[in-house]
Amino acid sequence: MKNKSMADRRSRDTAICAVVFLLPVLLLMAIFLFYPIVQTFINSFTQWNGISADKVFNGWSNWNKLVHDPKFWQAFLNNVKIMVLSLVIQMPIGILLATFLDTGGRKFNLYKIVWFLPLLMSSVAVGYLFRYFLATKDGIFTGLSKLFGGGAVDLLGNQKTALYAVILVICWQFIPFYMVYYMAGYSSISEDLYEAAAIDGATRSQYIRSIALPMLVPTIKSAIIMSVVGSLKYFDLVYVMTNGGPGTSTELMATYMYKNSFVTYNMGYGSAIAAGMFILITAIAALIMKVLNRGGDD
Amino acid sequence: MVHNKKKVKIGWIIAVIVATFWLLVAFVPFMFMVLTGFKEKLEVIMGGALAFPKGFYLENYKTIITDVKFWVYFRNSVIVLLLSLLFLLLFSAFAAYPLSRFKFKGRNFIYMLVVASMSIPIHVTMIPVFQLAIKTHLYDTIWVLIPVAVAFALPISVFILTGFMEGIPRELEEAADIDGCGRYRRFFEVILPLSTPGLSTLAIYNGVNIWNEFIFAFTLTQSDGNRTLPLALWNYQGQYSSNTAMIMACLTLSVLPMIIMFAILQDKLVKGMMAGAVKG
Repeated sequence: MKNKSMADRRSRDTAICAVVFLLPVLLLMAIFLFYPIVQTFINSFTQWNGISADKVFNGWSNWNKLVHDPKFWQAFLNNVKIMVLSLVIQMPIGILLATFLDTGGRKFNLYKIVWFLPLLMSSVAVGYLFRYFLATKDGIFTGLSKLFGGGAVDLLGNQKTALYAVILVICWQFIPFYMVYYMAGYSSISEDLYEAAAIDGATRSQYIRSIALPMLVPTIKSAIIMSVVGSLKYFDLVYVMTNGGPGTSTELMATYMYKNSFVTYNMGYGSAIAAGMFILITAIAALIMKVLNRGGDD
Repeated sequence: MVHNKKKVKIGWIIAVIVATFWLLVAFVPFMFMVLTGFKEKLEVIMGGALAFPKGFYLENYKTIITDVKFWVYFRNSVIVLLLSLLFLLLFSAFAAYPLSRFKFKGRNFIYMLVVASMSIPIHVTMIPVFQLAIKTHLYDTIWVLIPVAVAFALPISVFILTGFMEGIPRELEEAADIDGCGRYRRFFEVILPLSTPGLSTLAIYNGVNIWNEFIFAFTLTQSDGNRTLPLALWNYQGQYSSNTAMIMACLTLSVLPMIIMFAILQDKLVKGMMAGAVKG
């Protein structure tokens, strides 16, 4: 009896102590993450310029507008293109680079350092760098083309190529991230496995194909989820590099949301875009997670 | 067998060639940035992007380094970085402690909440955070950037640190328990010092992100005196948009602190990023 009450007291002390330690984190997350999400959904039902106090509730009208807004769906489509091409380009190259470094070892340290460099730059810096790097007048491709007697190359100014140029820049920036990600995956595979395989007469490439890569599958799955979520919420780089243009050819959900909220101060509609974005991202991420996990059961 | 070895060798040579090609892809934009920063305005227009700078022209760098505003941006970035990291590390360690080592009701729920929060898109919180900043009169101060930076970095940091603390042997803590240390003292005297490797990893991973943060600094501050380095780029770009060399000098300077840090912490930085990457 006495023992039980002491155990009770101890578990109550534990709970109190846990709350004390968790308090700052829970408070900050409540104030800056959870409350804003709820508030954004509430705002999405209002007509509001963000500055004046009068928020007018206007029911589903923002949502109705959103569903029928071709610009939003164009932006969504651009996000989806980025998502698909990022997966197709970044994942295999990331794996190849990581595999190369894992196999090559210390000798290729210089490669690792240089490959890592883009990761140190802010998205803003990358955006500006490539805005000039790809510029029509003094840019690198125009320079190359002139060298061979061609004319100016305008990748970012052309509605047809702008989005693809942006995607290549995104890949340039994020491939090192996935490289590091897969390196982490490789480093968690024990060297003993390779040695055991080598004793059995397996070559390095056989080892990679039939032992290392299958063990990398969970890492690949979570990299896919991260890449998908990242592609759908993309902002900084596109905002400074093309600002959504030319026309709406590189407009993304996030840049469209930003323009509506902080350029034209239509914060009610901006909130609806943000909330729509949130729903779409969550739904797509959940869907892909489900597909990936089903694949794992086979 | 010999044939097989030859095949392996050829395969490896091809791999090295492809890797070297990728080395160029990663490096050429960088080289363009650094070299163009040493050119004169007219030199860029006349000589084209590919030419090597004629003499190493230093005026671009001089103009930026002697600009008082640049150092204001720089100071702001340093203040935001240091204070954010301090609170971030302390609070995530606070939270990771009970999540990794206590049994209590709601533990799993809170942990799930943290994990789920890792993929919240910033834009869905932007307008309310903006409103909040105005209401609390923190709008257009550097101070507002600190809690925001901390809050958005918390989920992944708590997640990584919880994993790290789970790896600290229980015996160490139990020994302190027998010595009559309470839970609070145990945290500060046993767990926190033992978590230093995990904390330094987090500091590196989040440090890079906070140093480069753009969107909140852009929406929550307005005047030059209260903005951080990524916004300096924005400003110089507006001011010198037709002077490619000047912009490249500015970009080079903005990346320089990170490159110096990379040179010093090389392996640690990669490891930090790796730990940041293992969040799935």
